[in-house]
Amino acid sequence: MKKISYSSVLSQLLLLLFVIIWIIPTFGLFISSLRDKDLLAISGWWTSLTTTKVNEIHRMSGMEEQIKVEDYFIIQGKLFDDNSKKKIQTFGITSKKINEFNVGETAIFKNKNEVTVKENGEYILKSKKEFTKKKGKRLFITALSPPAFTFENYKEVLFKEGIGQAFINTAAVALPSTIIPLIICSFFAYSLTWMKFFGRDTLLAIVIASLVVPLQMSLIPILTIYNDFGALFGVAAKSYPGVWMAHTGFGLASTTFLLRNFIKSLPSEMMEAAKVDGASHYDIFIRIIVPLSIPAFASIFILQFLWCWNDLLVGLVFLDQVPSEIILTAKLKELLGSRGENWEILTTGAFVSMSVPLFIFFALQRYFIRGLVAGSVKG
Amino acid sequence: MSVFNLVSIVFLGILFFILYFHISNYILDLYDNRSYRRFKFENSFRVVIFIAPAFIILFIFILYPVFETIRLSFYDKFGREFVGLYNYNWAINDPEFKRSILNNLGWLLIVPTLSTFFGLVIASLSDRVWWGSIAKSIIFMPMAISFVGAGVIWKFIYEYRGPGDTQIGFLNAIIVSFGYEPQAWLTIPIWNNVFLMTIMIWIQTGLALVIFSAALRGIPKEMLEAARIDGASELKIFFSLVIPYLEQTILVIWTIITILVLKIFDIIFAMTNGEWQTGVLANLMYDWMFRGGGDSGRGSVLAIVIMIGVVPIMAWNIYKHRQEQKI
Repeated sequence: MKKISYSSVLSQLLLLLFVIIWIIPTFGLFISSLRDKDLLAISGWWTSLTTTKVNEIHRMSGMEEQIKVEDYFIIQGKLFDDNSKKKIQTFGITSKKINEFNVGETAIFKNKNEVTVKENGEYILKSKKEFTKKKGKRLFITALSPPAFTFENYKEVLFKEGIGQAFINTAAVALPSTIIPLIICSFFAYSLTWMKFFGRDTLLAIVIASLVVPLQMSLIPILTIYNDFGALFGVAAKSYPGVWMAHTGFGLASTTFLLRNFIKSLPSEMMEAAKVDGASHYDIFIRIIVPLSIPAFASIFILQFLWCWNDLLVGLVFLDQVPSEIILTAKLKELLGSRGENWEILTTGAFVSMSVPLFIFFALQRYFIRGLVAGSVKG
Repeated sequence: MSVFNLVSIVFLGILFFILYFHISNYILDLYDNRSYRRFKFENSFRVVIFIAPAFIILFIFILYPVFETIRLSFYDKFGREFVGLYNYNWAINDPEFKRSILNNLGWLLIVPTLSTFFGLVIASLSDRVWWGSIAKSIIFMPMAISFVGAGVIWKFIYEYRGPGDTQIGFLNAIIVSFGYEPQAWLTIPIWNNVFLMTIMIWIQTGLALVIFSAALRGIPKEMLEAARIDGASELKIFFSLVIPYLEQTILVIWTIITILVLKIFDIIFAMTNGEWQTGVLANLMYDWMFRGGGDSGRGSVLAIVIMIGVVPIMAWNIYKHRQEQKI
């Protein structure tokens, strides 16, 4: 039996510390996206399982709601929704003394009106004279709010904030941007490995050099080409096919490089035998290379798909920032600017944008890691 | 655009390339190739079919732009008139450019170093713990998330509320619970760069971790056993056996993260947009692509400065490739 040594306990603790530090940010975001938006704005997510004290300002109903009972004019109502679990502790009728009265007590206004507030938010406002103002009076309450979790944030973000449309747009960008390079590059990688032609080595060297060329080198000339093309044919300069081609171009070198390394490792005897039997290169490619390359395709598909799904710069430069074209990352960045204080929208939006990558990550981690280890070099 | 329209253009786009390869090869197969000359012709024609799409796209999107960007850097903001070194001169004297270069250097020094370091430490720790693979999964997970998503996650951590208010940002909550004043982290010059780098380190450690894990498995067990029997401590083994063995891997990871950091854009764009002195080259370049109607000369100069950073790595890659070809 192995001794439990001092150093083994120490390494377990150290690793645990790393894991906690690494998980906290994402975990906090996830919890927050499920919290009630009012609570989220006033308390940290780590307190989400405890009761929170909230201060709120409510306005009672105005003259239209009044009814006459005996000598009094009465306005009745409720400050919260029916399914709210908040419990009022204290309330006040002026902004200077928001905790003046305990719940159940009667507060008297300057004009002798009386108001009683119950724990569940029901109030009764009484007056001897008729109410004449359309706008009701303000009530300042301090309530205890039990933990509240909800899917409301997701509903709002998906359908009202345009994240749902952006999600579809992102899929329409990412899928072809992954499949097209995979098709083109597998033929390219095959010919760079198994076909003999003049300048093959130079071409391969160019591919390897292109691996590390930064995206920034291409932005200005490509944008110019797109604009000229759009003006020449009278079509929109920025479009889905344009962004697919851009992603294909920027992912071409790494996809080709990874595929070539894989295809090169396949046994050449098989190809030779097929050739002797009279198979053309196309037959060999379809019947032998493609079936054998499925695991490599899977790894590269995941890498390129995640790259396109998570990309911001290409989507920002080569697509119009309009609802029908904007991608998730650009939409999120836009929300960061315009709704920076609405954390329920930001946390939920971020989580929606992360949902697909996280699903792929947990479902296909093996292929993802294999692809990365095979060489994660990308320009 | 409706979902149906989107689905159809996606489908058509993909179908186009499949049909290109299938039909062109099918036509070529119809061609009679019994004589040797015709066989030769068929083969060279097939090479063209196989290579053409990839080469055309590579040419349009990478090769041509590299030369065009170099050319544009010597031209005015519309790319019409030759202005010599004017744009380079502008860059050298521009305070924003200086700031960006310094920030980029800071990123280049800190992010690859710490990511590699944490990756190595976590890889070797999780190697000897039964729950190691779960730990690795968790630390690797940020690799799947977009930089903008990570930006939102960390902006929430750095969230600032005035003193006296309840802090909903995790970092400020900790600071306040120890009795210090809350800070608006992202607006403190110089230090805010470190807070942005933290995000990148948080993401890239996972990359270093998985590559190191794979490499650690390659270390011969006998070697480690022998050292243990000889009474070497775990730390001693780590520094005198494991690290020298992993030298190549460390270099590779360092290079990969360096390339990523050179073009870092998303995190800064989403978090501060280069304000409070956090700008880097890629952000400045994006800015100049559109500022005042866009200045292709200045933008190109900035792209070239980023490119210069990767040239040594590119040369090294090609050199290594040539060595491999010789064997």
